[in-house]
Amino acid sequence: MEPKKMKMRSEGLAVFYQQYQALRGIDMNIAANRVTALIGPSGCGKSTFLRTLNRMNDLVEGTTIKGQVYLDEVPIYDKEVDVVGLRKRVGMVFQKPSVFPMSIYDNVAYGPRIHGIKNRSHLDEIVEKSLKAANLWDEMGSRLNSPANRMSGGQQQRLVIARVLAVDPEVILMDEPASALDPISTAKLEELISELKKNYTIVIVTHNMQQAARVSDYTGFFLSGALIEFNTTSELFVNPANRQTEDYITGRFG
Amino acid sequence: MAKNKWYDRMITAAFWSAGLFIVLILASIIAYIAVKGISAISLDFILQPPSRAGRAGGISTTIVSTVYLTLMSLLIAVPVGVGSAIYLQEYAHSQSRFGRLVNLIAETLAGIPSIVFGLFGFVFFVVFLDLGWSILSGSLTLAIMILPTITRTAQEAILAVAHEYRENSLALGASRWQTVSRVILPSALPGIVTGIILSIGRAVGETAAIILTAGSSLGMPIAPSDPARTMAVHLYLMAMEGISAERAFGTALLLVILIVIINYLANLSLKRFSQAVR
Repeated sequence: MEPKKMKMRSEGLAVFYQQYQALRGIDMNIAANRVTALIGPSGCGKSTFLRTLNRMNDLVEGTTIKGQVYLDEVPIYDKEVDVVGLRKRVGMVFQKPSVFPMSIYDNVAYGPRIHGIKNRSHLDEIVEKSLKAANLWDEMGSRLNSPANRMSGGQQQRLVIARVLAVDPEVILMDEPASALDPISTAKLEELISELKKNYTIVIVTHNMQQAARVSDYTGFFLSGALIEFNTTSELFVNPANRQTEDYITGRFG
Repeated sequence: MAKNKWYDRMITAAFWSAGLFIVLILASIIAYIAVKGISAISLDFILQPPSRAGRAGGISTTIVSTVYLTLMSLLIAVPVGVGSAIYLQEYAHSQSRFGRLVNLIAETLAGIPSIVFGLFGFVFFVVFLDLGWSILSGSLTLAIMILPTITRTAQEAILAVAHEYRENSLALGASRWQTVSRVILPSALPGIVTGIILSIGRAVGETAAIILTAGSSLGMPIAPSDPARTMAVHLYLMAMEGISAERAFGTALLLVILIVIINYLANLSLKRFSQAVR
């Protein structure tokens, strides 16, 4: 694969929860407009790594972070960094689809509103654009005022993505976004991810190796808080350089 | 199998009777009050001020006093109570000393008998701050009394809001306050309102502490510095001094009706609100 522009980069990143070390010096490059998958057994640190990329770990009491993460070569763990601005640029989709108890419209408009957009027609425009980008407009465009929590799980997860897109991020982090979805909703979500990478940089944590192989361009394999192997997805799955990677992707443990 | 089924039915019947027992108690109390008090109630009883210490006239001033005192105490206690609940759940670290101290105090306050609050209110507000027997002294005392209930129920309600809402809101770049005001409080509102309704019940039913802090004047309270006699106090004094059992029951019936109306209005506004946010 041709060398790509880097969007984010971690350098010697280590994370401690109290005494426990969850990440042991991770160096990783995240290519712009590509999908990077993070795989590994439960507790390997892949979700922790993901959550350092928009500083969601700051919310966990007793977390210490060493090393640095760069977004467009600007360090995000400096004192002067505005965390709110960072999270606006680096959005996140969680494991469990979690829509707010409001209408579909208000869910999508939530982000733009907190960032100060009040003009109704501008909001309408953002909501429509975001729902279209999340492949929800055809299903939900005529039901914008109905409660979001009445939608199916798959629709809710796409609404969550639309809500993230509405704040116009550059990077989208996804933490096992399909783990609570049925196979059809999962297929729709994967299709959406492939479309989104035209405009966004995507990092996805997944337990499902087929899913990593299907949607991602690069894959990183984590084990016990370390990044064991990082390569293009095709190379990592076909020719794993490391024995532990091979054992994991062939299903010998994990 | 058959034995198990029979056993299960017995248990179901036992729980059903327990439920029925509660309904019967409530129904018989209300029926008794209604039968005894209905004859005292007329439009004049509701609209006229009392005369001759309650032997004649109506109870209009005590109705106004009850609503006045309750609203004033809520006006003081709700912002403070809900505010401290938000602070404890959303801002304080779970291990912070101050947070634990506030929790401990709220729990202790909740267990103190109301007459102790009354005594404190009398010594502090009425005498020391020289507010006299007044709506202000009474509602400050009531506010302290209901504060723990409001704080604890609001805390529980906020705690019950899904953690995912917080994460999602913060991940969208919202500040803590935006997260609290736009997502958490609307979701926690039903629980908070429940706490407020419980507090209203306590405030409306209080007697001893009110006699000590708001007095027992039968005049119409206008300014917050005016003394007042609430319906519960009026009822107590009329029964205690043997003024008129019929009028005491009439007052009791209106008191029950007032509480029902307040609960109904609270639930109605809650429903309206949750439809609006949904």
